[in-house]
Amino acid sequence: MNVSAPLIEVEKLEAWYGKRRILHGVDFSVNAGEIRVIMGGSGSGKSTLLRHMLGLNRPVSGTVKLFGKDIARSSEREKLEVRKRIGVSFQGGALLTSMTVGDNVALPLREHTRLDEQTIRIMSRIKLEVVNLGGFQDLMPSQLSGGMIKRAALARAIVMDPRLLFFDEPSAGLDPVVSAELDELILRLRDALRMTIVVVTHELESAFKIADTITVLDQGNVLMTGTTAEVRAADNERIQDLLNRRPREVQVDADEYLRRLVGVDA
Amino acid sequence: MEALTRPLAKLGKGTVDALSGIGYAAMLLVESLHLAILGWRIGQPLRLRAVFEQMRQVGVDALPIVCLLAFTVGIMLGIQFVSALGEFGAQSQVVIAVAKSVTREFGALITAILVAGRSGSALAARIGSMTVSQEVDALAVIGIDPVRYLVAPALIAMLVMLPLLTIFADAVAIFGAALYSAPALDVTPTAYMLQTMSLLTPGDLGQGISKSIVFALLITLIGVSTGFSVTGGAEGVGRATTRAVVLSICWIIIADMIFSFFLNR
Repeated sequence: MNVSAPLIEVEKLEAWYGKRRILHGVDFSVNAGEIRVIMGGSGSGKSTLLRHMLGLNRPVSGTVKLFGKDIARSSEREKLEVRKRIGVSFQGGALLTSMTVGDNVALPLREHTRLDEQTIRIMSRIKLEVVNLGGFQDLMPSQLSGGMIKRAALARAIVMDPRLLFFDEPSAGLDPVVSAELDELILRLRDALRMTIVVVTHELESAFKIADTITVLDQGNVLMTGTTAEVRAADNERIQDLLNRRPREVQVDADEYLRRLVGVDA
Repeated sequence: MEALTRPLAKLGKGTVDALSGIGYAAMLLVESLHLAILGWRIGQPLRLRAVFEQMRQVGVDALPIVCLLAFTVGIMLGIQFVSALGEFGAQSQVVIAVAKSVTREFGALITAILVAGRSGSALAARIGSMTVSQEVDALAVIGIDPVRYLVAPALIAMLVMLPLLTIFADAVAIFGAALYSAPALDVTPTAYMLQTMSLLTPGDLGQGISKSIVFALLITLIGVSTGFSVTGGAEGVGRATTRAVVLSICWIIIADMIFSFFLNR
């Protein structure tokens, strides 16, 4: 693993949705060349954290730096330069449904480069080949299966040869075989293209297969960051609950519960 | 006490929501105009191809239905004015009555309502479904400003095509009125049309066209702001589409009344 200046630095990040606090001063960093998995149960704040790292949400307080730039406080021009160096594969693919698969993959090249159309087509076909979708460029997203949509989205994410690649729940909704294929693809991408990869997931098997390091998130707090072995050996009760799929014990206050149901403040 | 405060709280929330909606739409307007004019400076140039595609969808594709309805409204106005003015022996005023009411009022109004139903709803549905499927987020992280990519072309296309459609609707409606009214007035349709042209002033046409520019802004901004605000999956998209059409038509009629009040006093 190549250890150098962090590509991602998250410091004291706080996020709120209305009156609900989602992230409680999250701190961590990701070094170049590693595959970092951000793992946590539902409602742990993973997706909110990812949105902040992508600059889609503005932090209430704290900073998120990509390539040393505070993305929320950068100018539009600086933000654009950062975004040209990252790729994102969304949970549902987020392919533009009005375009063919080939046009989806070619979109970043058409928008951000001055390459001629022939070169753009060749480059997008190469990326489709990388994700085993060669020959599918003329299909519409609606004609693809769930796994193919995720791979097409991945082809679009890597078409600009980004240094940093984000995956949001890559295994969600896929059968185990397709999910395992996608995991292999992520590992190949890191090795072949030397990308730094951040994967947000709650799938334990997938997480431990692909991760160099894991950040465990619980109720908006980072419980720990460490190698897969360190996370497995952690003596934190919540981490062990997560790894062993033990449900959290919920203490119910009957009066409080009733008050919440009828919407009357205590 | 709560029975009193709850409606007041609802009213307050409704007011705040309405004001924030207006503010959001105004922000989208400023941002899309800024990106359309100066976007190239920050690597976000307006794509003319997207503008032409929107112009085709908003304008060219709407021609048949605008033609049909404008023609029908023209005939209806002819029927009403021939009948009503005939009661006072003022049938000679039919030509000017039709010409002024069509160019100042009905041409712009009917066209705007049609375009709100066709393109405003399509805009809200398209952007709404893109929002819920994270396509808007995908555009943003690719480095494509969603306002530049989705709003600016639609806004420019609407600002160009709605006035043109209004002029077209004016001509078709007057032609419809001419076909019905000319025999009743004992003149040829050509003579009717020539007399209309001699009676109309640039101010009459200008009134309809200036209204159509405001209607274009309203339809686009309501469509896109409703689309971007969608939550709740496919059902939310359906709700947003309906809301966009209802809001657009309401605001078009209110704006029309305000315009008519100030321009005809």
